[in-house]
Amino acid sequence: MDSSETWDKDAVAAIVAALKPAPGALMRILRRVQDELGWVPPPALPMIAHELNLSRAEVHGVATFYHDFRHAPPGRNVIRLCRAESCQALGAEALADHVRARLGVGFGETSADRAFTLEPVYCLGNCACSPAGVINGNPLGRLTPARFDDALERLLRR
Amino acid sequence: MTPTLATIFVPRDSGALSLGADRVAAAIAAEAARRAIAIELVRNGSRGLYWLEPMVEVATAGGARVAYGPVGSADVPSLFDAVFLTNDPAAHPLAQGPVEQIPYLARQRRMVFARMGVTDPLALDDYITHGGFRGLARALELSGAAIVAEITRANLRGRGGAAFPAGIKWKTTLEQADPVKYVVCNADEGDSGSFADRMLMEGDPFLLIEGLAIAGLAVGAVQGFIYLRSEYPHALRTLTAAIATARERGYLGSSVCGGGRAFDLEIVVGAGSYICGEETAMLESLEGKRGMVRFKPPVPAVAGLFGRPTVVNNVVTLASVPAILEHGGEAYNQLGIGRSRGTIPLQLAGNVARPGLVEAPFGLTLRELIHDFGGGTRSGRPLRAVQVGGPLGAYFPAAMLDLPIDYEAMAEAGGLLGHGGVVVFDDTVDLARMARYAMEFCALESCGKCTPCRIGSTRGAELLDRVIRARGDGANLQLLRELCDTMAAGSLCALGGLTPTPVLSALKHFPEDFGLAAAPT
Repeated sequence: MDSSETWDKDAVAAIVAALKPAPGALMRILRRVQDELGWVPPPALPMIAHELNLSRAEVHGVATFYHDFRHAPPGRNVIRLCRAESCQALGAEALADHVRARLGVGFGETSADRAFTLEPVYCLGNCACSPAGVINGNPLGRLTPARFDDALERLLRR
Repeated sequence: MTPTLATIFVPRDSGALSLGADRVAAAIAAEAARRAIAIELVRNGSRGLYWLEPMVEVATAGGARVAYGPVGSADVPSLFDAVFLTNDPAAHPLAQGPVEQIPYLARQRRMVFARMGVTDPLALDDYITHGGFRGLARALELSGAAIVAEITRANLRGRGGAAFPAGIKWKTTLEQADPVKYVVCNADEGDSGSFADRMLMEGDPFLLIEGLAIAGLAVGAVQGFIYLRSEYPHALRTLTAAIATARERGYLGSSVCGGGRAFDLEIVVGAGSYICGEETAMLESLEGKRGMVRFKPPVPAVAGLFGRPTVVNNVVTLASVPAILEHGGEAYNQLGIGRSRGTIPLQLAGNVARPGLVEAPFGLTLRELIHDFGGGTRSGRPLRAVQVGGPLGAYFPAAMLDLPIDYEAMAEAGGLLGHGGVVVFDDTVDLARMARYAMEFCALESCGKCTPCRIGSTRGAELLDRVIRARGDGANLQLLRELCDTMAAGSLCALGGLTPTPVLSALKHFPEDFGLAAAPT
């Protein structure tokens, strides 16, 4: 872990305090940390383990089981592309090649300038509008390389 | 005050949003203001006619709702000209006619999706006006055992994939002596090619709430959980708002509809794990743990969430319950074929001209679905393969399209109906690569508890890489068959157990893609 990566200890402590009494608290806490911070900082795990009276191994096990939980902060823009069958049937692989080249990152990577993180996703439930993707939470359907570039332009203009 | 000249509907469904529905809605509001025309803008659910999305509907005073689509924001001025300035709004190039008469919709039998796209999903009074909460009203007059008897009589089977009779699950939980029981809604619609659950939660959330409340009354549970996949943020927002409204209006809480029995709901959001759609892995996740599949028995109906008796049902299953209570189990049982009773919302996707949601009684053939509803491939190239039932479902060739869509017929043909997703491929598909993808997906999503799944899927993907590099190598294919046999026979749950289905069906029906002689047709 890059020691220059800082994380908001107070925010995590507040989440833990708020959700500690809930049933199945660990998942809810990790989910909220991921949603608020954009990642689950590995150094936060011992603190969560201590508060929940769980072993560090147990908390580490849960935090690393789920694909959503990032172990490093994402770039300023998160792009997710669906790689499942319906999207493949309509050119998702060629689209993925275009997006990788356009952003200069591979799946699971963040660009050096921290502008983009590209992530794979296995079905967004938008199969009737394949190929599908998401830019910063905004769903995109019937994607083509040109439509992706348009959406990206709109995003960068904001 | 100016009288409203028209009600205009623009879907809020995330599929429609992905095609610019919000920009269309904004353009409509701006155009109405510019022309000083008083309109009511309603953000409805999607009708499920996705090739027409964003599909705008216009209802003028006393008239039927007329559909236009697919509408872009640039089309809005001409749409206003057609609707408000001419006597012939049907002359607009995007006009589709009265929406209920569009053949795709007119030929369906919408029971679970009856209100879909008709109402404002968050308007509770809309829901009641269109028949909502009648099933719950009837359930409140019945004992738990009598509610369960209706579900049993309906022969409702789980729509999430396993097709297990819901009545048996409910009866088992009802009969447990434990004072604490739970109802869990499996809203982890992970099967790629499926979107019925998402549409329901975004487009008719009170229906799911009603179904869950009936389930709670039936088995004696006062707390329900909806385990929702994180890929559905729009469903989360809609359901959260709907639950708050239902609580305010007394449909949830300490005394459901003033009947003295309590039931409340909470949403728990998953974290991107496919295996958490398996019911025991889901319970582990709800308990805050890794989504590891449990050994059965005990089944969740006996010892489920936190060890308590728990009914676990999929979204569509629970959403089928209100109509069964309202009209009686026997009326539901009249629909369908063989042992598959009632209706099934099919989800048509992939390379198809008219993708969307088709709810029909069981028994429709794949050909009727793909050609009559779907209009064939979108690319216009010949259809080559169809995958039915998600990532664990079989690939069928064009020669098998006369298969009827029901649980038993699919199983007999070596496949499964799963969650009802149907994905179409044209002749550019490489089935050896799709087989490799099936193994890769299993490797990504395996919980790791059993060896055939955890190791087998990775070895399977490597093996298929070798097959693709040296197609026709009999030794590799023999090894692949043996590996599939081990996974199918030795895995703990359906993920490892059924990943061989797409692999072996691809090999059987499309041997030429693996370098073997083509199958006789």
